[in-house]
Amino acid sequence: MAEIRVDHLRKAFGEFVAVQDSSFTVEDGEFLALLGPSGCGKTTTLRMIAGLELPTGGAIHLGGEDVTYKRASERDIAFVFQLFALYPHMNVRRNIGFPLLSQGVPKAEIKRRVEETAKLLQIDHILDRPVSGLAGGDRQRVALGRAIVRRPKCFLMDEPLGTLDAEFRDVMVRELRELHNRIHATTVYVTHDQIEAMAMADKIAVMNHGIIEQFATPREIYNRPASMYVADFIGSPPMNFLRFTAGLPKGARIARIDGADVQMPELRADVAEGELALGVRPEHIRFSDTSPLRGAIYGAEYLGTNQIVTVETAGGLVRARLPAERSYRIGDRVGLAFVADRLSLFDCRSGRAVPSVLHEGVLARDTRHREMRDLEAHHG
Amino acid sequence: MSTSKAAPAVSAHSVVEPSPRTKRIAGALVILYALITLVPLVWIFLTSIKSPPDSISYPPKILFTPSLEGYCNLFTTRTRQTPDYIAALPPPSGVCDAVTRERNMVIAGPSNFLPRFANSLIIAFGSTFLAVSLGTLAAYGFSRFKVPLADDLLFFILSTRMMPPIAVAIPIYLMYRQLGLSDTALGMMLLYTAVNVSLAVWLLKGFIDEIPREYEEAAMIDGYTRLQAFFKVVLPQATTGIAATAIFCLIFAWNEYAFASLLTSGSAQTAPPFIPTIIGEGGQDWPAVAAGTTIFLVPILVFTILLRKQLLRGITFGAVRK
Repeated sequence: MAEIRVDHLRKAFGEFVAVQDSSFTVEDGEFLALLGPSGCGKTTTLRMIAGLELPTGGAIHLGGEDVTYKRASERDIAFVFQLFALYPHMNVRRNIGFPLLSQGVPKAEIKRRVEETAKLLQIDHILDRPVSGLAGGDRQRVALGRAIVRRPKCFLMDEPLGTLDAEFRDVMVRELRELHNRIHATTVYVTHDQIEAMAMADKIAVMNHGIIEQFATPREIYNRPASMYVADFIGSPPMNFLRFTAGLPKGARIARIDGADVQMPELRADVAEGELALGVRPEHIRFSDTSPLRGAIYGAEYLGTNQIVTVETAGGLVRARLPAERSYRIGDRVGLAFVADRLSLFDCRSGRAVPSVLHEGVLARDTRHREMRDLEAHHG
Repeated sequence: MSTSKAAPAVSAHSVVEPSPRTKRIAGALVILYALITLVPLVWIFLTSIKSPPDSISYPPKILFTPSLEGYCNLFTTRTRQTPDYIAALPPPSGVCDAVTRERNMVIAGPSNFLPRFANSLIIAFGSTFLAVSLGTLAAYGFSRFKVPLADDLLFFILSTRMMPPIAVAIPIYLMYRQLGLSDTALGMMLLYTAVNVSLAVWLLKGFIDEIPREYEEAAMIDGYTRLQAFFKVVLPQATTGIAATAIFCLIFAWNEYAFASLLTSGSAQTAPPFIPTIIGEGGQDWPAVAAGTTIFLVPILVFTILLRKQLLRGITFGAVRK
């Protein structure tokens, strides 16, 4: 297993820039999810790491070795395709053993390792079946088997659960994570499904238009989103944005929205006059009759354990996650209160979060990481 | 009768599955069509086992005494002898010997049919192999790589089929004479390959386009070079397309008459120009011609039956969900 380091990676297809200046490091044994909508450059990034596309610029290091322009076959990586790409003219056993065959592993050794891998994935009973008749989950496991049998430097997975039905996906999410816990393989996992990413990954890189918007742990991404895009993409329902126009000085703790004062984490920077948005997670809202910020009930979705209540305010629709017990009538006026220290403030012009006590460190984190590394490299 | 029919007929047949009645009508139509198309073939076969007088009798004979004379005449050359000479010969050594003697003739030696037939086999299968090999590689290239001017090149390749090949017969005849390719098996193979390769490229490109790239990418990540991935992963999945293409190429090369009669006359002559030249006494030896045609049909029949499985099996894309 090895660390993957991606430096200022860039990929252009003619005029279209698929990936611009991406840098991140997946540490040895870490599980990274590249998360974003289709066309955001996540698959292109993965394919460049795999060697299936050559970058337009930048560098890729695998376990300290520069592999930027090396052939895929020389990188010692494993790739799980979205459609699995199991060779249809081979049975399960030959599919799993195929990567070993290219390395000239002796037949007996191939047999032993294929069987060992099959046992690990609990597919040893279907080894001699053709792959064409397999169910989705078994196909998935065979594809995984083909990936892990070789003990490669890292695993790259391109939406491997995308074609499975929802119920089964949950099972596979658990299995994949358990497998990762057992073999500690450095993994890059591409998905557009935030739940998969949150459930499995140690780190998530949220991508949009070829740019990594945020690279952090799932908790950090959820609790301290670096941009409005991330805040909106992660969470279901997503973060609410209460838009208002103001200029705020460093140290400010109150935002004035629709004539009401709203407490928020202390700002760590000046904000020039302009359109701002206060970001509130649905679960950080409660109804309070005394709150000056008012709205009217617009609708409610009952979800069993809780309910999502939509409130129409002067700043737009706000969705709150509330206990399921009480029922609300549409049109009722309510007051909204927020958990003050969990709010994010965004500058609508740049879409970035304004540094505050809550966000302290988030924005600078990656650059600092890199500087530290460069410094160490210098001294070393 | 009504009891056995009533219940299922009214109730269930699915929308997709045709009803038993539709199936019966379809089956009858297929059989009728097969019978119509088989008539000439059956007639050729019947002619091949008629005696020469029966073969040209009018009205044509449906009932006749079968004879091997046509096959005997196809494979042999004969000379006429006096009845006394024949009577003095030792007893006939085989069926053909006996049949020939009844016509007051003796077998003088083998005919040219076998060597011509062998020429046909070599040239047709050789050119098919060449056309399909080249076509597969070219089609793979066009399908997977960014080839500059790919569309123009493909159109250019197709354009070689936009005129009847015989339109260039004279230039090719002169060219072949200069190159010393006239009446050689190599020359005919190259010619048929040149005609067939365009068809092969276009047909196979369609088939290879259908094979997802992920298979090769998976193989390359599994440590194989592109060429290894091509042979181990792409080719096995393209067998259906290759089989279909091979049959088309083979049928063309096997049946080709115009170039063969123009460019070959001796050692490289193929069966098609040879068969009609089988002359009997007092005119065309129709049973021998029919016998030659019958035998000529066999290889293509066998080839098609052998590859029928490949043609029908369909590509198992099952492992990749679409």
